[in-house]
Amino acid sequence: MSSSLAGSPHPYIPATEADRARMLERVGVADLDEMFADLPADLRDPAIELPSALTEPELIALLRERAATNAAPTRPNFLGAGAYRRSIPAIASHLTSRSEFVTAYTPYQPEISQGTLQSGFEFQSVVCELTGMDVANVGLYDVASATAEACLLAVRVTKRRAVALLEPIHPGTAEVVSTYARGASLRVDSIASADAVSEEHACLVVQQPDFLGTIVDLEPLANVAHDRGALMVAVADPFALGMLKAPGDAGADIVTGEGRDLAGAPAFGGPSLGLFAAGLPYMRQMPGRIVGRTNELHGPEGGEGEPRTGYVLTLQAREQFIRRERATSNVSTAQALIALSFTITVQTLGPRGLRASAELCYQRAHAAARSVAGLPGFDVPERGPWFQEFLVRGPIPASELADRLSERGIAAGFDVSDRPEPEAHNALMFCVTEATLDAHVDALIEALTAIGDEA
Amino acid sequence: MGYETPENLRYTSDHEWLRREDDSPDEVTIGVTEFAQEQLGDVVYLELPAEGAALTAGAPFGEIESAKTVAELFAPVTGELIAINGELEDRPELVNESPFDEGWIVRVRISDETELDAMLDAAAYRELLPED
Repeated sequence: MSSSLAGSPHPYIPATEADRARMLERVGVADLDEMFADLPADLRDPAIELPSALTEPELIALLRERAATNAAPTRPNFLGAGAYRRSIPAIASHLTSRSEFVTAYTPYQPEISQGTLQSGFEFQSVVCELTGMDVANVGLYDVASATAEACLLAVRVTKRRAVALLEPIHPGTAEVVSTYARGASLRVDSIASADAVSEEHACLVVQQPDFLGTIVDLEPLANVAHDRGALMVAVADPFALGMLKAPGDAGADIVTGEGRDLAGAPAFGGPSLGLFAAGLPYMRQMPGRIVGRTNELHGPEGGEGEPRTGYVLTLQAREQFIRRERATSNVSTAQALIALSFTITVQTLGPRGLRASAELCYQRAHAAARSVAGLPGFDVPERGPWFQEFLVRGPIPASELADRLSERGIAAGFDVSDRPEPEAHNALMFCVTEATLDAHVDALIEALTAIGDEA
Repeated sequence: MGYETPENLRYTSDHEWLRREDDSPDEVTIGVTEFAQEQLGDVVYLELPAEGAALTAGAPFGEIESAKTVAELFAPVTGELIAINGELEDRPELVNESPFDEGWIVRVRISDETELDAMLDAAAYRELLPED
């Protein structure tokens, strides 16, 4: 142990007994018990039952053993419902693991770190191109918080106090919007048809593809919203945008989305990456940080050389450290590393590659759905054109079907049988993407055939 | 030489100026003073309500944003906003370059002329400015 830690009660806590005594004296209490006297005694120092410490090799062996019991990575998995397995090029994880990038935090003088800002600028450019919007920020926490921020923006612009969410929308997104709305005293209306949008609504929020996987024709919905003076917020899957019309071209004023799936594998649902882009009229009302690119007035050191490109955080007068309580939002953290991985994936694929991947996803999902629909006792109810998720109704109740598949080592589709849409009645929603193995689809068909035969 | 404070204008303690228009005496043109623009630094954007908006004396009606800060614009008088200086949309720097002339911000039809009596004249306003 280094001499500077002499007297410290713990190798990783630098405060020494002498430090503590000085702090207690300054606060004016005799000891820690007196300091924490306000806490109930039984919560102050609860007994924690832990086995005795292991050595490092023993610990590694134990964790390996536990990890080996985790069947999920190799099991056929047809869950989607907001988190999707994608083919991420190896270059994404290779580059993002470089030490220059792993410190994602923006330095307090952000312009000192031109590389961090440039990666943010590239990300914004990708998001703008995918969504068809004018301005994007460097990213928010996840699609749900990004959508809630979009609602708050619409409220600021329209000065209206209600927002409309068109079903089917991801329940997690709806829940987070409601949480934000409660704090801001806004009303959230869950609507089944755009006809319900009124002049009380600041915005109409529409998910693309919707929560049940159906591709939505955004343009007529945007027209309805605009007719009633509301903004159009599209919550779009950026991968699906590889083959779908950009929401900006369909009249959306704000586009949000989830970037995680194009950044890496879904790991317990995270870490997520909220995409946020808007049309030029709303630029100054946007939440979060925005990187701008500019050129020097003069060459390096004021000389004759070619002026250099520089990246700066721009439009900062929206932000809380300048505008205080009137700031457009209190978000200043970015998901920089996830955003970088997203950028590398999308730029590696390129516009044609992204389109080809999205089409491959679409074709494979539809091929799988056709196979399921051809099985005796199974039905694939359609609500319209869809992208990568399809509804399956079997000869037995949905929850039982999921259990029976699980017994055969298959993670079935997401149970949507409690939803109000008639097509979802007694249905599981299966997801097949470009990253789903053929062998896994074969295993699913085989299992469903067997379950159908038994029924 | 201190800050410019034209004698024909009235002023507020929020560093705004008013000019009563000769041709229509119930209309005033409003801007910010030379001292105000210097304190703000380079003005990059103004957020203003639409024409026809009702202004209430003492209440904020817009925002003026510079490269380093953002400040509220307070309505010096109660009335109706009848014109906005559209030039500022593309050239907000006019507020810095010509605060008392080309950099005017809004024109207001006042509802109560007696409110003007409370405004400062140039000499009284100069008292508020720091020695320089």
